[in-house]
Amino acid sequence: MSARDAILGRIRGNLGRDGTGESTADERLARHQVGPRPKRTELSHPDQVDLFSTMAEEVDATVARVRNLGEVPEAVVEYLIAHNLPARLVVAPDGRLDDVPWESKPTLEVHRGVADETDAVSVTPAFAGIAETGTVMATSGKGTPTTLNFLPETHVIVLREREVVGTYEDGWRRLREQAAASGRAGTMPRTVNFITGPSRTADIAMTLYLGAHGPRRLHIILVGDDDG
Amino acid sequence: MPSIPDTADPRRDGTRRVGLFVTCLVDLFRPTVGFAAVKLLKHAGCVVEIPATQTCCGQPAYNSGARSEAQAIARQVVAAFDGFDWVVAPSGSCAGMLHRHYPDLLSDDAEWGPRAVALAGRARELMSFLVDVCGVTSVEASFRGIAAYHDSCSSLREMGVRDQPRELLTGISGLELREVPEAEACCGFGGSFSVKYGPISTDIVSRKTDALASVKPDMVVGGDLGCLMNIAGKMRRDGTGIAVRHAAELLADMTEDAAIGAPERAEV
Amino acid sequence: MQTSQAFRENAVRAIADDELRAALDKVRQGFGGARRQAAVDRLPEFEALRDAARDIKNHAIAFLDIYLERFEQRVVESGGVVHWCETPGEARDLVLRLCKEVDARTVTKGKTMIAEEIGLNPFLESHGIAPIETDLGEYIIQLADEPPSHIIAPAIHKTKDQVADLFHEHHQQYGKTQRLDDPGKLVDEARQVLRRKYIEADVGITGANFLVAETGSTVIVTNEGNGDLTQTLPKRHIVLATPEKIVPTLEDATTLLRVLARSATGQEFSVYTTFSTGPRRPDDLDGPEGFHVIILDNGRSRLVGSPFQDMLRCIKCGTCLFHCPVYASIGGHAYGSVYQGPMGAVLTPNLIGLPTTRHLPNASSLCGRCEAVCPVRIPIPRMLRHLREKGLGERLVPLRERWAVAAWAWIAQRPRVYRLWARFLVGVLRTIAGRSGRVRRLPLSRGWTGGRDFPAPQGETFMDLWRRAGRGKT
Repeated sequence: MSARDAILGRIRGNLGRDGTGESTADERLARHQVGPRPKRTELSHPDQVDLFSTMAEEVDATVARVRNLGEVPEAVVEYLIAHNLPARLVVAPDGRLDDVPWESKPTLEVHRGVADETDAVSVTPAFAGIAETGTVMATSGKGTPTTLNFLPETHVIVLREREVVGTYEDGWRRLREQAAASGRAGTMPRTVNFITGPSRTADIAMTLYLGAHGPRRLHIILVGDDDG
Repeated sequence: MPSIPDTADPRRDGTRRVGLFVTCLVDLFRPTVGFAAVKLLKHAGCVVEIPATQTCCGQPAYNSGARSEAQAIARQVVAAFDGFDWVVAPSGSCAGMLHRHYPDLLSDDAEWGPRAVALAGRARELMSFLVDVCGVTSVEASFRGIAAYHDSCSSLREMGVRDQPRELLTGISGLELREVPEAEACCGFGGSFSVKYGPISTDIVSRKTDALASVKPDMVVGGDLGCLMNIAGKMRRDGTGIAVRHAAELLADMTEDAAIGAPERAEV
Repeated sequence: MQTSQAFRENAVRAIADDELRAALDKVRQGFGGARRQAAVDRLPEFEALRDAARDIKNHAIAFLDIYLERFEQRVVESGGVVHWCETPGEARDLVLRLCKEVDARTVTKGKTMIAEEIGLNPFLESHGIAPIETDLGEYIIQLADEPPSHIIAPAIHKTKDQVADLFHEHHQQYGKTQRLDDPGKLVDEARQVLRRKYIEADVGITGANFLVAETGSTVIVTNEGNGDLTQTLPKRHIVLATPEKIVPTLEDATTLLRVLARSATGQEFSVYTTFSTGPRRPDDLDGPEGFHVIILDNGRSRLVGSPFQDMLRCIKCGTCLFHCPVYASIGGHAYGSVYQGPMGAVLTPNLIGLPTTRHLPNASSLCGRCEAVCPVRIPIPRMLRHLREKGLGERLVPLRERWAVAAWAWIAQRPRVYRLWARFLVGVLRTIAGRSGRVRRLPLSRGWTGGRDFPAPQGETFMDLWRRAGRGKT
């Protein structure tokens, strides 16, 4: 008998369940039952955006708010100058960032693609912002390689206000809707990252330190929905 | 664990018939606590009886894994305390044994299981009984000094005893009650654990006595004699000079005798 | 490395270790209470979440076989492979084979307790493959050649100076010759050293906090981001998991995640929570080409339907360790097992048997704080008692202790004998103590009197005094 059959058989034998197990489990899988969610997220959308921002800052992310994508390059430059960072960006080759007018800031050197060891600053879009804990939800895909979220020392996330939702469950719902809309119902991207602040460790003498392996700095540019 | 009904059943004249579960430690080491408990219960309007067939709640056997012995002792206690409105112990640990563990221990016993559940519903720790059931809000006692209250694990986590002793103690005239850091931490007693794993138990109680001493009390009080003997023994060995007493002694104003583990007055 | 038999000796040594003491005090003050409580206080729904988390795990276990099959099916649909192993030996051989298939020379590892359970590192090394721990704590103890001392904070017993010495010794080969002693600089140095390792590694091995049956996803939670670099950069991602990690849906995983970080580190949410589903997709720009999930049983399926089934709910948050008075005194190594503290005291005897581990369930004051803080409400004290019962039944307890319990229980069932015995005991203790109020040394009780006095009885038993005062007089 294979290990698989032995393990599953032993579990089945020890459970001693009746024959209705399959339908119960499959029904449970289809239902996406939600558990208790924090009441603090039950807010109007503008207040959820504020909550997102507050919670993100609490975990050492920084948040800048701009009105539209046109203002993103300026916000990036300000941030780079304030932190004395190089003006060379690796930007996710994703459609959501195609309309950012990088050329408006000629000092910025922008290349689009995956990150390598030499990239110090990455700019990525987000799938959603979760107000509950100031968490950014990011998915991998053809324009959003996962390494952009982890290799560079500074990670800049461009998050649309309309992408901010209350809870993680809201994020899952959107992800399922999006998969269904693009004909991939029921599938997941290779990677879904929930990012809550910059990388940290307290493994040396319980002293908290930012930037263990992932980004040392996480900067979120919250972009208003005024695309006029 | 089966649910435990709350079976408050006062007499028609309103008096409560209470069976006092003295506990083996009080019987052996600290009779004053038993008398203090009787005094407090009577003062709260209860009729108090002390069944002569009681010995111990069986916890040492239960915690050592001697389940059948613990079951036999549990049946004896259940029988001894049949018929009382309430069963009260001056110990969260022993009360917890009756209240939380007997139903589990005797759950497979068709005859004794239901009786154990009934007993569990009537079993209470002394101070919480005085406050929650008898509605006692003040005591006639005085003590000049600073006291630190030690929460026993069983009182805190099995019997829901936290505010009641504080409420009663702060009613003692002249007494200032101070909160102790890391109050929810165990003192390291744990019954036979304290002997079998002595070095660990001793280390745990050192942290506890340090925490207690850090608020500079004249006296440490608590509701469980096991913890108190552990704490008193450590403090005496270290020569801290802090007195240790069961809270019932203070509440009943019965503090003439030497504190736990302290020299008798004549020697001083 | 299994030294649970020597638990008592280990404990005595640990208590005498001043550096360990300092580290443990820091841990207790940092994590043991205040930090978790603050996180809990911020979330009024926390207790309801604990109930929900418990119910989800119970449900998942009640349908474990089916959810495992669904999980496997979804992994395969997304292009991955699921492997099943009964024993640590099978799992080691499988990992080796999966590494050799891609000619791996170095393997990066995220934090996984399963790898500790199967002794993976020495095994890979003996076959010429270099495993590199990337979680900073794991990396430190790998350099020190020690096992983890805490399931979520493996190097928590190490002081800053000890880490500085280790880095100074082991990082010379990378041209880092200066001994650093600032924690931040030490982290930076490890970051630089490990950065190259991620990129060079051929295989990345991680654990899994959860397996999601609905989607075939594996979930890891880290604060450093090491797990993500580990699983994204190499050609192959191997996930080491055990059957009970299964949860039905993404929503269920979410509920558990809400209690996990708050319990573990007092954070609202860990920095990186990552759901991985299959290998990289055809149009993905990065990610592993191979995705292999190993489900190792190692005795867990035996717990299903047993009195220890509740233990399968454990989400390895480590909060029972942080809140345990015994752990606070002796640290993790004294347990001599992969899993320490209260959860380890239940799990270890169930995985490797009681004969070598009987101390673990006995060395507890049963204070119940572990259960009080457990995010999935595992009745740990009840299971410790049950293991004690088993140990007694299997005659693993020394004869003296067995006799003591039996004799005492015999007396306690005979009230008249008990009264005589009580009178005698009080008399003896009074004779030893005199008027001093204490006994400084007591035969057979050195465990107590070695560090404490034993308070003397007041004089007579309560029952004698009561009878004399007029029995029945109310």
